[in-house]
Amino acid sequence: MQWRNAFLSPWAKPLLAVLLSLPMAWLIYATFNNLLGANPAEALSRETGDWTLRGLCLVLAITPLRVVLQAPGLLRLRRTVGVATFLYACVHLLCYAWFDQGFALEDMSQDILKRPFIWLGFSAWVLMLPLAATSFNAAIRWLGGRRWQALHRLVYAAALLSVLHFFWMRAGKNNFTEVWVYAVILGGLMVWRVRWWRLPK
Amino acid sequence: MLIKTFADGFDHPTSSDITPAHVYQNRRQWLQQAGLMGLAAAGLDAQAQTARPGELAPLQAKPSPLAGAMATDTLTPYKDATTYNNFYEFGTDKLDPVRNVKNFLVSPWSVEIEGLVKKPGRINLEDLLKVSAMEERIYRMRCVEGWSLVMPWVGYSLSELIKRVEPLGSAKYVEFVTLADPKTMPYVGSRVLSWPYVEGLRMDEAMHPLTLLTFGLYGEVLPKQNGAPVRLNVPWKYGFKNAKSIVKIRFTDKQPATAWNKAAAQEYGFYSNVNPNVDHPRWSQATERRIGEDGLLTKKRKTLMFNGYEAQVGQLYAGMDLTKNF
Repeated sequence: MQWRNAFLSPWAKPLLAVLLSLPMAWLIYATFNNLLGANPAEALSRETGDWTLRGLCLVLAITPLRVVLQAPGLLRLRRTVGVATFLYACVHLLCYAWFDQGFALEDMSQDILKRPFIWLGFSAWVLMLPLAATSFNAAIRWLGGRRWQALHRLVYAAALLSVLHFFWMRAGKNNFTEVWVYAVILGGLMVWRVRWWRLPK
Repeated sequence: MLIKTFADGFDHPTSSDITPAHVYQNRRQWLQQAGLMGLAAAGLDAQAQTARPGELAPLQAKPSPLAGAMATDTLTPYKDATTYNNFYEFGTDKLDPVRNVKNFLVSPWSVEIEGLVKKPGRINLEDLLKVSAMEERIYRMRCVEGWSLVMPWVGYSLSELIKRVEPLGSAKYVEFVTLADPKTMPYVGSRVLSWPYVEGLRMDEAMHPLTLLTFGLYGEVLPKQNGAPVRLNVPWKYGFKNAKSIVKIRFTDKQPATAWNKAAAQEYGFYSNVNPNVDHPRWSQATERRIGEDGLLTKKRKTLMFNGYEAQVGQLYAGMDLTKNF
């Protein structure tokens, strides 16, 4: 079918990159135009955290979508989504380090060790690091496809820790509606995967 | 008959009674200055209440003479003070209250006084407003989430009302029950908290003159999203202790089961005094961000013990382990 070829178009990746950077562009615009409400630091932290979770949902949906829609071209786009998600995670961490902690390294290291909520989020970011660091073709060649793939399964752990981080953040206020939305999406995608792995190939 | 004496106005028992010559010689000028200063003071007095934003009905008040009641911090702008609110009956987002209070009716209103008290009964808002003279007080408000505001409230010490209703000797705590009307408060019934929202104070905390029964903000009646028509302000405690839209004040001999304490006892204690040395399980309480004043890149300011009201309220907690009684 014609629409599947769209994923193979040379425009697909740049277009996707633009789409994925729109939230960030809005946040930057809103910051400089004072549109983030009374507490812009909090708004930036929360928004970038939300977008990291959304990115994780999207990147983990690519394989199921590719199979279900029979659109192998989608695989080409996974890296773009993955790298964008990592960048949102980096800005999220930067918001914490800068606005919340004022780059006080000692305070931060203590904070990370002391608080499971911070520790979970930081661990999720650490798990994403090697994935981002090996997100180019030469890295796949150096590692070998199988090892590269094994390494990149860390994304499942990163997603799990991210949802737990979000759960913990909301736990004090018993406000879990959004947490459940992400948990159900990510859990559903994992269930689909496990069943797909078990299919005889 | 004129009795002539030798007293010429310079005969004084002690030398300190003698008006210095330069003051005496300039006495007319001194009187003039004193008169001008008096006029200026009167002028200040008339203007002393914080300028009204002109949004709601005025609520006149005199600046409070109470020690600690007039913080000199920069006031939080009216817009921030009325759009950045935690009022979970109207939603969990800070902007939700201002968006969702449209159907909230704050008139007619009455407050039920009940429990261990000599004069229980229902008091109409109109009568409640007349219990004592209205004072303007500028309080810092530190939210448990790590941000703070500076608000010009209007009200009177809760102790004025408590004295009037005469609690029994057996009353050790005061419980504040707030309105929970699912018809006009869309998030009442959400599982975030148990409703109605209940707060409480120890009797000596409730009797402390800084504990303010509040009817106004910025020289006007309370905006709905700020807890109209009557709320509490206990400036040395985290903001959630300030019950909003109060409908019942109950005197009891047992520590009240308060809303956030019921929801997460390990995170929110009954006392919830502002304390930079006792962290919340998920974040440090050592610093805070002042809403509307501190920019995005401003380093967060240090949180003060008892939110800076230690001189006034520290003795209430003498000998208590504040790490355990957080």
